[in-house]
Amino acid sequence: MNAAERLDRTFAALSDPTRRAILARLERERDGATVSALAKPLTVKLPAVMKHLDVLDDAGLVWRSKQGRTVTVRLAPRPMREAMEWLGRYERFWSASLDRLALHAEAREAELRKGGR
Amino acid sequence: MTSLTLVRRIKARPSVVFDALVTAEGIAQWWGPDAGPVLIAEVEARVGGRFRVRFRMLDGSEHESSGEFLEVSPPSRVRMTWRWTGGAEDPGESVLDIALRAVGEGTEVTLTHALLGSEETRRSHEEGWSGALDKLVALFA
Repeated sequence: MNAAERLDRTFAALSDPTRRAILARLERERDGATVSALAKPLTVKLPAVMKHLDVLDDAGLVWRSKQGRTVTVRLAPRPMREAMEWLGRYERFWSASLDRLALHAEAREAELRKGGR
Repeated sequence: MTSLTLVRRIKARPSVVFDALVTAEGIAQWWGPDAGPVLIAEVEARVGGRFRVRFRMLDGSEHESSGEFLEVSPPSRVRMTWRWTGGAEDPGESVLDIALRAVGEGTEVTLTHALLGSEETRRSHEEGWSGALDKLVALFA
């Protein structure tokens, strides 16, 4: 999978509010959380949570480890970081460029009005 | 699909904003994230025409991007493919879409920069994630 596909998978996985809630929880719990602990505050049932975890796992966003009958889920920070970096880079570039575009266009508009057009 | 959307209000009519987007003279005035100069601005604003813009930042680094116009509809929309040239900074081709809408005596600009993933991942996730960005930033900031 190339970087673009990896980013795409990350963002697709993030398109769902339940999955975002799971990631936010794992962000706080550095040692990971069990599947049942993750499911508890959520409004969806356990099988649905398992499916969401599959999607997150496929996107490389979480790691699952099994010990006996307990599955522990941990956040895999790298794809998340890559996604935030991609967004951050373009956000900085376009936000600053649009500020300058606005200054330029507003000056041009003022000139036109002074010229009576 | 991986994308970023920004919305701005500008106190200038859409035709003025549009000219600034699709002319070399206009682009030279604003393209780039700081006050560093635009070194090259080549723009052929018609469907199938190309653009190439190179700018230097205040830290001395130079960056260049180029692409092809997919849509040029004055004064309301311009869409082009986008690729950073010669840099490892972008993982692939992306599409820039800028839509202009008259609001009062000014213009509302909606800019979307979307990374093109594989056709397969795009098809399977058509619901996208628009609107999720703000929440996401709040969650992971």
